Amino acid sequence: MKKNHVVEFLRNNMVPIMFIIICAICIYLSGFSWSYLLNQVVTRMGRNIFLILSLLIPIMAGMGLNFGMTLGAMAGEIALILVADWQIWGIPGVVLAMLLSIPLSVLLGLMCGKLMNMAKGREMITGYILNYFMGGLYLLVVLYMMGPIIPIKHTSIRLPRGFGVRTTTDLSNMRQCLDNQWALTIGGVKIPLLTFAIIGLLCLFIVWFRKTKLGQDMRAVGQDMEVARDAGIKVERTRIISIIMSTVFAGFGMIIYLQNIGNFPTYTAHTQIGMFCIAALLVGGASVEKASIGNVFLGVILFHTMFIVAPKAGQNLTASPQIGEYFRVFVSYGIITIALVMYEAKKRRTRSGAGALLAQAQQAEKKGGETA
Amino acid sequence: MKNIKKDFFGNQVLTDINFTLNEGEVLGLCGENGAGKSTLMKILFGMDVIRETGGYEGDILIHGEKAVFSTPFDALKAGIGMVHQEFSLIPGFTATENILLNREPRKTNVISQVFGERLNTLDRKAMKERSDAAIDKMGVKIDPNMTINEMPVGHKQFTEIARELSKDQLKLLILDEPTAVLTEHEAEALLASIRNMAAQGIAIIFITHRLHEILSVCDKVVVMRDGYVVQDVPAKDTNVPEITRWMVGRSVQSAAATQIQDHSDAPILMSIRHLWVDMPGEIVRDVDLDVRQGEILGIGGLAGQGKLGIPNGIMGLYEAGGTVVFDGKEIPLNSPRKCLDASLAFVSEDRRGVGLLLDESLEWNIAFTAMQVQNKFLKNLLGGAVKWRDEKAIRAVTQKYIEALQIKCTSSRQKARELSGGNQQKICLAKAFALEPKFLFVSEPTRGIDVGAKSLVLDALKQFNRESGVTVVMISSELEELRQTCDRIAIISGGKVAGIRPATDSSEELGMLMVSQVV
Repeated sequence: MKKNHVVEFLRNNMVPIMFIIICAICIYLSGFSWSYLLNQVVTRMGRNIFLILSLLIPIMAGMGLNFGMTLGAMAGEIALILVADWQIWGIPGVVLAMLLSIPLSVLLGLMCGKLMNMAKGREMITGYILNYFMGGLYLLVVLYMMGPIIPIKHTSIRLPRGFGVRTTTDLSNMRQCLDNQWALTIGGVKIPLLTFAIIGLLCLFIVWFRKTKLGQDMRAVGQDMEVARDAGIKVERTRIISIIMSTVFAGFGMIIYLQNIGNFPTYTAHTQIGMFCIAALLVGGASVEKASIGNVFLGVILFHTMFIVAPKAGQNLTASPQIGEYFRVFVSYGIITIALVMYEAKKRRTRSGAGALLAQAQQAEKKGGETA
Repeated sequence: MKNIKKDFFGNQVLTDINFTLNEGEVLGLCGENGAGKSTLMKILFGMDVIRETGGYEGDILIHGEKAVFSTPFDALKAGIGMVHQEFSLIPGFTATENILLNREPRKTNVISQVFGERLNTLDRKAMKERSDAAIDKMGVKIDPNMTINEMPVGHKQFTEIARELSKDQLKLLILDEPTAVLTEHEAEALLASIRNMAAQGIAIIFITHRLHEILSVCDKVVVMRDGYVVQDVPAKDTNVPEITRWMVGRSVQSAAATQIQDHSDAPILMSIRHLWVDMPGEIVRDVDLDVRQGEILGIGGLAGQGKLGIPNGIMGLYEAGGTVVFDGKEIPLNSPRKCLDASLAFVSEDRRGVGLLLDESLEWNIAFTAMQVQNKFLKNLLGGAVKWRDEKAIRAVTQKYIEALQIKCTSSRQKARELSGGNQQKICLAKAFALEPKFLFVSEPTRGIDVGAKSLVLDALKQFNRESGVTVVMISSELEELRQTCDRIAIISGGKVAGIRPATDSSEELGMLMVSQVV
């Protein structure tokens, strides 16, 4: 019985355990000092956790991994470009950008949610392809409409030809303004307290949200849409709300992420963000149908540790940092594939389990008949 | 007096149904499949299907007032609760959460005042109190904090009932075969709780195939057949054989099989041992069955008792176990291709889903399986390196069957979708005939087709059997049809073979077998 529990635990947590082992080996090989490593990981946690938390609500509503979060990221970027053009810097700039991103995110989320309602059961691929489509629209807005239609004045933002935005948007006046506020340094490790406080607030919100009527409805819809509908829950509306919330949080998350880095490649910053956030969440042990705040934290720590140490470990091992870089990309796509396959396999296992039970019952009955 | 009275007039499925039910009374409703029980309950519960198919005639009177329900929610408001045959529960939720699904007591807070009431938090304490109250009302012990997927089936059923009971306005509870999935012990507990609920003034309509249950809890029995109420009597004045007779009744000896052939000396062609099949809703348990060469064996039984599971399991469409020996060789289960290779054919009850390529021509539909499995209708080119469809041969065979089965179509190139149900069924048969199998499973061949087409299909089957010597196993819910067509009839009840009788036996005897082991 006890052995069964261990096997079960290992099976359920295969991905994080594998990652912990790989990370441990890479840390050893890379030869980084602990304080450097810790500093890096804490910085990246502050940078990334908010974005990943935005994925939790659609999972709760049974819509899987929200690849559509990229839409929120785009909204955040557009808001940042505008704020940068108006030369509003520091914390007021961040707050303004967040406020500006809300209507955009809501609009994009509404559209995304409606589309996903039309493609029930295929939300993930729909969201993923939608990204490419909206990526094109984003280009149109930023490259052509910013200037003639949406006024862009400042020369550090605008392309020299008079319209469109430069390939890199500079946010140096906003750089780490959240992170440096109330920053605490312990043993050489800088802890961005304000950013963590914001993240903590979102965590509290999610915990509280689960207890609300809407949260309960989302869980019900996530587990069985038909039953929820029969009970009078507005299924479609609930699903759209969950996507809108996710998109808005993703917009905020992207702004926090970019203020930490201090600049962003205007046309490509969002292309990989969804993929990496989802990979990080899965590394933390989440699945398509179940994810917790704990998964987010563990995932960010493991995934970013990997990011930091893999290139160095690769360099030390083969004298080529390229290997580590390659490994990193390989792993993040691999992990998403594994998670999707395992999700299907698990569904199939429960199905054939029912058959096995029936055969067992028949055996037992036969034995009972013989003794009697 | 608070009377609940319903009248319907002039529907094809239901004709002149009248009965009354008083507060705190338990009414047992029984009848064969297709007798109209479900339709009647759907009308009473205001289900969408009724409105979509043109509504109904007649009136439902509750407390003497006419009630019109356009949605199930209206019916709920009027105090009618229904527990369906399929569970309608959220698997990851606890019993409490399911009982109060979408009716949770809530607490307001600052945020919900701003953003609307869906952000009210759930009042867990009040939820627990209310679900406990509902469970107490039922008089059965279930753990309110256990999640549904950890529960035994019986507790799921009780959770469903408790959900209806937790509605304050509940006056009438409809239970549609609630004991079908329960063990004997659980069923007894349920019957006890039915008495308990009735004692508290709730009227109950109890639909079941287990007749002794009706006799033990109901105040009166309503028996339906072919859309009519044939009997409406107090339960204490009747008994099981009598009810069975009413259920299968009709002009009993009318259409016994005309030409039965005795095959008892023929060799056994297929022998089934310890077969189990996990087909949802049609579970088969430990079936032993021998089919003799050249006979038509009928398999009958009530819906959900497992008769459909047998062919679907053997042909590999649902997960199955046990041994099936055909023509001296064991057939591997769970592999449709192996069955087809062994010269078995199957006409599925799901003709639109499994049976036909709806958007392809009749030629394709008839020839497709034969082409895939037996390389028929193919021309070998370049010494067999390339296989080419032999359109001419395909057309010829299609024409042959169109004539033989009198399939009504504009041409052999018409799309299968455009045909009527009866003609589609004939195409399915033609497809199976084109395989020239040694053994043919035909599942519900007459489901959803009209009387004329019915007799044609049955005659074609019989002819196919008598002339080509093909062994046929026909599965059907209609007993009369089996009696007309088959040599022997096996009745499946509770997933097991309840008995095998010659088709000349009376409907009543077969009917008794049908309900003998209902689970």
